[in-house]
Amino acid sequence: MTVFFQSLVNALQWGSFYALIALGYSMVYGVLMLFNFAHGDVFMVGAYISFIVATALTALAAAGTIAIPGWVVLLLTIVCAMMLNAIVGIIIERVGYRPLREAPRASAAITGLMIGIILETGVLAIMGAQRAKFPSLIQSVTYDVGGVFITNKKIMIVLVSIVLMLALDQFVKKTKWGMAMRAMAFDYTVVPLMGVPANVIAALTFAIGSGLAASAGCLFGVAYPVLDPYMGIVFGWKAFVAAILGGRGSILGATLAGFLLGFIEIFVALIFPSTMRDFIAYSIILLILTFRPHGFFGEPHSARLRL
Amino acid sequence: MLLKVENLSVSYGRIPALTGLDFHIDEGEIVSIIGANGAGKSTTLRAISRMVKVEPGSKMTFMDKDLLKYPPDKVVSQLGITHVPEGRGIFGNLTVKENLHLSAFARKDAAEVKKDISRVFDIFPRLKERYTQKSGTLSGGEQQMLAIGRAFISGRKIMLLDEPSMGLAPLLMQNVFKALKEINKEGAAILLVEQNARLALQFASRAYVLETGSLVMEGDSKKLLEDPEVKKAYLGG
Ligand SMILES: Nc1ncnc2c1ncn2[C@@H]1O[C@H](COP(=O)(O)OP(=O)(O)OP(=O)(O)O)[C@@H](O)[C@H]1O
Ligand SMILES: [Mg+2]
Repeated sequence: MTVFFQSLVNALQWGSFYALIALGYSMVYGVLMLFNFAHGDVFMVGAYISFIVATALTALAAAGTIAIPGWVVLLLTIVCAMMLNAIVGIIIERVGYRPLREAPRASAAITGLMIGIILETGVLAIMGAQRAKFPSLIQSVTYDVGGVFITNKKIMIVLVSIVLMLALDQFVKKTKWGMAMRAMAFDYTVVPLMGVPANVIAALTFAIGSGLAASAGCLFGVAYPVLDPYMGIVFGWKAFVAAILGGRGSILGATLAGFLLGFIEIFVALIFPSTMRDFIAYSIILLILTFRPHGFFGEPHSARLRL
Repeated sequence: MLLKVENLSVSYGRIPALTGLDFHIDEGEIVSIIGANGAGKSTTLRAISRMVKVEPGSKMTFMDKDLLKYPPDKVVSQLGITHVPEGRGIFGNLTVKENLHLSAFARKDAAEVKKDISRVFDIFPRLKERYTQKSGTLSGGEQQMLAIGRAFISGRKIMLLDEPSMGLAPLLMQNVFKALKEINKEGAAILLVEQNARLALQFASRAYVLETGSLVMEGDSKKLLEDPEVKKAYLGG
């Protein structure tokens, strides 16, 4: 039983990463009918931006006379990284995807792959081949809850993720910007007729998705402090799976599917040798998709919409 | 002159849909364009609301401003040209309330928006009853009311209406056109596109006849109603 709960805790942490990345995938897909295949690398860039911001802030705090508590630095890092990565997302939309609005969807997909390669090699060129070591911002504290070990970092990661997801949910449901995003997901062509600048909504969607990816990148760096320029690839594919599994553009779906992925992976690894983890985990997901081809919350939607 | 269109040409790919249209609409006027299926009526409206690219040489002036300098959303929010598209363009995943509020997206005058929404409810009380309902579950007629209501809110120097009679029962249709007359009396010009030529000609004061991408006739709509050729081609003899 303690093994079960221990795994549950770990699964929640992994699920948070997947869900945060999957949300960006899903939103861009929902609003713009576009798979941003560079999204895993956007997560990676977010992790590196967090690394740079965290390193700078730590140095600043060390140089200053007043001590800034670690968790304040962490919060500042998350906020800065999200904003900076949002700008990265806006640039990707503007330079990479907007010129392809009228192009076949395959061109956009290939553009995504190319943007991904550019981001990977760009980070490699700027940061060098050695892995980046994420500064330790908060002291790790482990709590023993009836034999289950929970660290303060894991609690923080899951809490921050949930707060961000709830904030996103409220934004999309309650604000006029969120309303415009939902309208765009339904029928792209009519949105400008309402006086809504569709380009701004497209940019906003990318900004939010990239910001969430940066938060995942920062949280990942806190949990696993070693970064490399190719870390986003596998995460990207898995988050893509979660986005599809959740259903087109569904925030709740992407969140749940992200956590489900975390659970399946961790629990498969509990039973089977770790070399077989993804093989079995993704076979299970493939099976789920055969029964629910539109994912959990996706409606069989005609593909009349275009970016 | 409110809207002046000169030499308007539009092509879809290589296929021309409109070839050199010239027409105009005066302040507060109701003008109609009638024509058969595929004549290019919807394309004409799409060109004005900037949903389709126009060919070089086309010119559109709205209140002495070059319309082609405005992106689609600014055509609505800055010039006050609203377009109720073919098929109504309701966002079915949004509630009636959200659809109405979305059409006020660019407006900063919250108090006036509120007044406009209650004015829409005066005109279409049915929408008030359905306020919190998902608009995808509205009947066709209710969706048409919502589409017109949205246009009323988003700006109303001129309304471009694409087949508002489509799918409406006669009684409902009369109500919708009565509402449109009211909106017109409050200052909005109307450019109405209809396959139902009789209805359009009775409603409008002036009309154009569009045939495979060219305007072939124009004039006082009462006169067109009596015109033997129009009668033969569009009014069933
Ligand atoms: N998106 C498009 N791509 C290619 N051709 C198009 C497109 N939209 C319209 N057309 C063509 O342009 C021509 C004019 O179409 P349009 O929709 O303007 O006609 P319409 O007069 O509104 O017809 P209807 O009364 O049936 O609505 C038609 O020949 C149509 O096939
Ligand atoms: Mg038409």
